[in-house]
Amino acid sequence: MGIPVRTFDAVVVGAGGAGLRAALQLAEADLRVAVLTKVFPTRSHTVAAQGGVAASLGNSEEDHWHWHMYDTVKGSDWLGDQDAIEFMCRKANEVVIELEHFGMPFDRTESGKIYQRPFGGHMSNFGEKPVSRACAAADRTGHAMLHALYQRNVRVHTQFFVEWMALDLIRDAEGAVLGVTAMEMETGEVCIFQSKATLFATGGSGRMYYSSTNAFINTGDGLGMTARAGLPIQDMEFFQFHPTGVYGAGILITEGVRGEGGVLRNASGERFMERYAPNAKDLASRDVVSRAMATEIKEGRGCGPNKDHVLLDLSHLDPKVIMQRLPGIREISMQFAGADPIKEPIPVVPTAHYQMGGIPTNYTGRVVAPRNGNPDAVVPGFYAAGECACASVHGANRLGTNSLLDLLVFGKAAGESVVEDIKALPKSPKDLPKDAADYSLARLARLDGQANGEGVHEVQLALRRAMQDHCGVFRFPDMLKQGVDKIMEVAGRVGRTEIKDKSKVFNTARIEALELDNLVEAAKATMVCAATRQESRGAQAREDFPERDDANWLKHTLWYRDGNRVDFRPVHLKPLTVETIELKKRVY
Amino acid sequence: MSEIDRVRWHCRRGMLELDLVLSRFMDAVYGALAESDRVAFSKLLEYPDNDLWDLVSARAEPEDLDVFEILKQVRAVAPKRAAG
Repeated sequence: MGIPVRTFDAVVVGAGGAGLRAALQLAEADLRVAVLTKVFPTRSHTVAAQGGVAASLGNSEEDHWHWHMYDTVKGSDWLGDQDAIEFMCRKANEVVIELEHFGMPFDRTESGKIYQRPFGGHMSNFGEKPVSRACAAADRTGHAMLHALYQRNVRVHTQFFVEWMALDLIRDAEGAVLGVTAMEMETGEVCIFQSKATLFATGGSGRMYYSSTNAFINTGDGLGMTARAGLPIQDMEFFQFHPTGVYGAGILITEGVRGEGGVLRNASGERFMERYAPNAKDLASRDVVSRAMATEIKEGRGCGPNKDHVLLDLSHLDPKVIMQRLPGIREISMQFAGADPIKEPIPVVPTAHYQMGGIPTNYTGRVVAPRNGNPDAVVPGFYAAGECACASVHGANRLGTNSLLDLLVFGKAAGESVVEDIKALPKSPKDLPKDAADYSLARLARLDGQANGEGVHEVQLALRRAMQDHCGVFRFPDMLKQGVDKIMEVAGRVGRTEIKDKSKVFNTARIEALELDNLVEAAKATMVCAATRQESRGAQAREDFPERDDANWLKHTLWYRDGNRVDFRPVHLKPLTVETIELKKRVY
Repeated sequence: MSEIDRVRWHCRRGMLELDLVLSRFMDAVYGALAESDRVAFSKLLEYPDNDLWDLVSARAEPEDLDVFEILKQVRAVAPKRAAG
């Protein structure tokens, strides 16, 4: 075969918050662990998380994990698994205090406790009034978390493989996962990482949208590998959007701009929110504003040659107000839209932010896939945590500050599961199948040998446009139907991408082509599941099915690459110890 | 080619703001830089993401004088109007 094989107890793919937290658990248990990462760990996308991490510490007022659980179930529009949500909310205090002991510089109260602030959707006493539950390190919570976790890993000699890209999962005839193939960017060499446990912490796939807040690295690599290995990915139709990202860039413009008097206008200059929300107008809730923007664009009243965005106009405000109250926004607009909001409007569009779906796991971080009538059958040797995973705690909609909590709790839990499972396994790993690397090598050979193909950037742009136009924040039946055809056509083009530069050493063109192979699987899953789910719930808002439909759709979608097929799994409505939080309409 | 590719990859960051500004700089400026400026740029890339963004967006000034000149060039790259 000639492919080098490196053997470890565990391989973690991804070194953001979830990967680092998991790796720490493994290394502290004296397992031999390899962490593969495309970029240096502290440059992972976790660094962009500002808001904080939720935990019912009750440092400034009374709080309880059960209240946090209620908020999370309600936030999820009842699609979250209640066992996993109970588990996460109960574990929150422990993982946050642990992090404090790792050196995380949390903001503090005068008495020295971790300072907590309120955050949207977090309430006391089962939805009664807002509660201070978010723990933060100024506006750099994710950054501080990554640095604390990275230092801790260095201390226990976690072995990092920086600038390595995992290519494919290796499974045996029984379906167990035996490791991954991976490529070192420096040399272009492919290697097998054989392991008793493979843990994915590869982050989200937000780059599938034309307008996205996600960093370039978020290409859904774990989802692509999982789908190609014949395993399902879950609930991908649920993607969280912000109403106002800078068109063409994705940088967010805070809702505070509309609070200061900024108004949204369409191509004819009309202040269209007056039609959709006559009272609240531009200050209507986030989903109402997003849907109105999407409707204007869909009905041909968008701005620019492609009629694909609207304008956020501040030019009627006193320049002094803009300079004094919104200096950061002016800077962002000039830097990323080339527009000075004192003189001209900012082009904006609903912008993708967070993927609620992902690789289905149970609350211990073990990956599950239906088998022999068991919807929760564990895939031996395979684990996932963080944004790439779907435990599912966010269900149809994530609450702010629950994503950093998710990666801490399930990073640790998945690590603990690996430690426990490995104890029960024989000393030496299972034999690799003879053809373990063949699939990856064939993919690379296809790419190197492709003639008369298309450029990666061209195809990637077509993918992102198709997702933005057909599967955005507000979903129309005709657009979804065309969207499925369109994304399948794009998928065909992804299979024929061509790179001009065939060199082995640090070939970023090849890496981007491989990333696109992953992104397209996540995009297909998102489009197909959005078209399949005939209801509106959480982040899935359909024009033709405006209501939640628990009788027919209180279930997880599972998308399989083979046959582009959708299957379903029941939602776990039974928590671990408390009573089920009964279905209600989600109103705030 | 591979050296530019390596630097370009090091412009892949955790924050989208940096991805956008740094890739703009790579496309518009990096190719014409003198070796000493390239070294300084690589040094700039060693900063953690949040600190680097504070520098690029002029909310902070560098203590390290080696990166001062190159930072001015990064700040000066004009924003690209969105295509379309």
